[in-house]
Amino acid sequence: MSARDTILRRLRERTDGPLAAPKSDFAVVTGRGWSHDERLERFERWITSVHGEVIHTQRDNWLEVLSQVVSAKSIRRLALGREHPVAAEVRMELAASELKLVDSDRDVEGWQRELFEQVDAGLTSVRGAIAETGSLWLWPTQDEPRQLSLVPPIHIAVLDASSIEDTLFDVIEAHGWSQQMPTNALLISGPSKTADIEQTLAYGVHGPKELVVIVRH
Amino acid sequence: MSVEIYTPQAFHRQAHDALGNPQIRGNFRKAMDGLMTKRRDIFNDWDLETLRELGANIRLRALAKLPDLLEQLEANCQANGIQMHWAEDGDQACRIIREICQARGAKSVIKGKSMVSEEMHLNAHLEEAGIEALESDLGEYLVQLNEQTPSHIIMPAIHLNTDEISDILHDKTGTERTRDVDYMTAAARQQLRERFMSADVGVSGVNFAVAETGTLCLVENEGNGRMTTTVPPVHIAVTGIEKVVEHLRDVAPLYALLTRSATGQHVTTYFNLINSPRKRGERDGPEEVHLVLVDNGRSSIYQDDELLDTLRCIRCGACMNHCPVYTRVGGHTYGTTYPGPIGSILMPHMLGLEATQDLPSASSLCGACGEVCPVKIPIPDLLVRLRKEAVGEGRGNVLGAGVKRNKKEVAAWKSWQWMATHPGAWRGGTAIAGKLQVMMPAKLGPWTDYRTMPKPAKTSLHALMKRHRQEKES
Repeated sequence: MSARDTILRRLRERTDGPLAAPKSDFAVVTGRGWSHDERLERFERWITSVHGEVIHTQRDNWLEVLSQVVSAKSIRRLALGREHPVAAEVRMELAASELKLVDSDRDVEGWQRELFEQVDAGLTSVRGAIAETGSLWLWPTQDEPRQLSLVPPIHIAVLDASSIEDTLFDVIEAHGWSQQMPTNALLISGPSKTADIEQTLAYGVHGPKELVVIVRH
Repeated sequence: MSVEIYTPQAFHRQAHDALGNPQIRGNFRKAMDGLMTKRRDIFNDWDLETLRELGANIRLRALAKLPDLLEQLEANCQANGIQMHWAEDGDQACRIIREICQARGAKSVIKGKSMVSEEMHLNAHLEEAGIEALESDLGEYLVQLNEQTPSHIIMPAIHLNTDEISDILHDKTGTERTRDVDYMTAAARQQLRERFMSADVGVSGVNFAVAETGTLCLVENEGNGRMTTTVPPVHIAVTGIEKVVEHLRDVAPLYALLTRSATGQHVTTYFNLINSPRKRGERDGPEEVHLVLVDNGRSSIYQDDELLDTLRCIRCGACMNHCPVYTRVGGHTYGTTYPGPIGSILMPHMLGLEATQDLPSASSLCGACGEVCPVKIPIPDLLVRLRKEAVGEGRGNVLGAGVKRNKKEVAAWKSWQWMATHPGAWRGGTAIAGKLQVMMPAKLGPWTDYRTMPKPAKTSLHALMKRHRQEKES
């Protein structure tokens, strides 16, 4: 008998007999009823509490703000996708600048070392955010692959203020995650951190050292 | 710094040594005090009891349907392209992982944090097969460099202070001696980035495996878990069979409970949900993803209605952080993969009571572990149950049951029971004990090591009351 069958048989032929499954009431993780402003305030409070930077912009001047961020942080090489409207707008606006735009829509094997050692920042869109915990949610794509938000020392995420929802439970339910999970779904709440050295907080241990969220209103 | 091998059999000696070590006492005291305060504060805005109730219900529901959910998980993972493996014990799980590595000609493995891999001694197994296994969680990396094992399930290097860590990094990797935590963190980042790129295989644990969608959830702060599961061409996830949950929505409350209970964080930096290997057209991610489901004693725990509650655990470590014994002796003292209260109710099933007979007694039964457990495991009740099993008074269904049964002790209690239920014998016995009190032994085994030996009174309470009544009447 295979290990699988042995384990399943033992679980099915349980000595103390079948178990009853209790019902779950999820009310405690949903139904916050926050207004748009409350959601925004909570999102910002939580993500900045863990070292995330939030910059508010209008829909029509966000690229200017991005340019200022790029310049303030001395970003010389910015990796980004090509197709997502966020990336496409950046490419149009900043193509003529001194900033080197690095394409992320290619197989990582061809540029792994460049990504790890030369790229200063990765720019991604996000699908939305969660007010209760100050989290961004991303479903990486061919255009904006998984490592884009992980490997470069700075992650710039572009969030629309209208896409902030109350709780993780609400996001999972409202967007039907269980019917259409992507290869990788992610919540990101701040830059990479550790407290493994005597509980002293340090940022940027393996992932980005800085997370900049540009919130578009 | 001396490297020591700790065993559960030597619990008493190790506890004695730890209690006499001011460094260990100080490191744990400081860390655990901070964690207790942070946990208390982070639940301020929550209806904690309702959330705990929900967490417990979700785990109980998953256990009630466990065999069906494991089959559903398998079917959905396979549909997603994840390759499934089952292991009855740690050795079998190690062999499965080694064979996957060998099939790829792998020479190096980079590991995310996984307690199951500690439980099955995966690193040693791989190294015997000529495959290097490097820990990438900073705490795990530090204890590996120091040739130690973790002393806590969430904070593996909690027993080390900054100076000790500085020495370890200096001695093993050549960094400068410093108290600058940012410098040390940056050094480790540099050292490990190269290894993420060159590793042939990434091995990770799993926090929750979702049957409904075939999803593997990973909770972490550092990004090493994401690196491990994204950068190498193969990802092998390894988990105990009890980690399955029924629905994706079940993870929302469990995640809320886990991060807050573990380190007092409202959320971790990353919550990573993995569904499949790299699909056609995708630009990164592993070409192969494997899931190894490990039993290793869990299906035995599953047989018993009372012991079953042990399997609810979501590995937050809150019970350790709040345990007056753990916070004084530290994790290594237990000599087991899982230390503290959860270890004391879990390890007897994995190693048998012969090896772990002292662990269920390593508790004051103050109840703190049960009170803070996010999924309401009645840990103190389970400790008492295992104490009974150890002395042969339980159901006898725990490996090594009865190992602590002592014929003299049994005879003494039986005599006591007989005397206490026969009033004449009791009165006669206590009268004689009062008269012969000078002949009582000065010590009563280890019980009197830290307690004063009780002395029978010259006159019993009964006799005193009788005299009192007589005096009143006269």
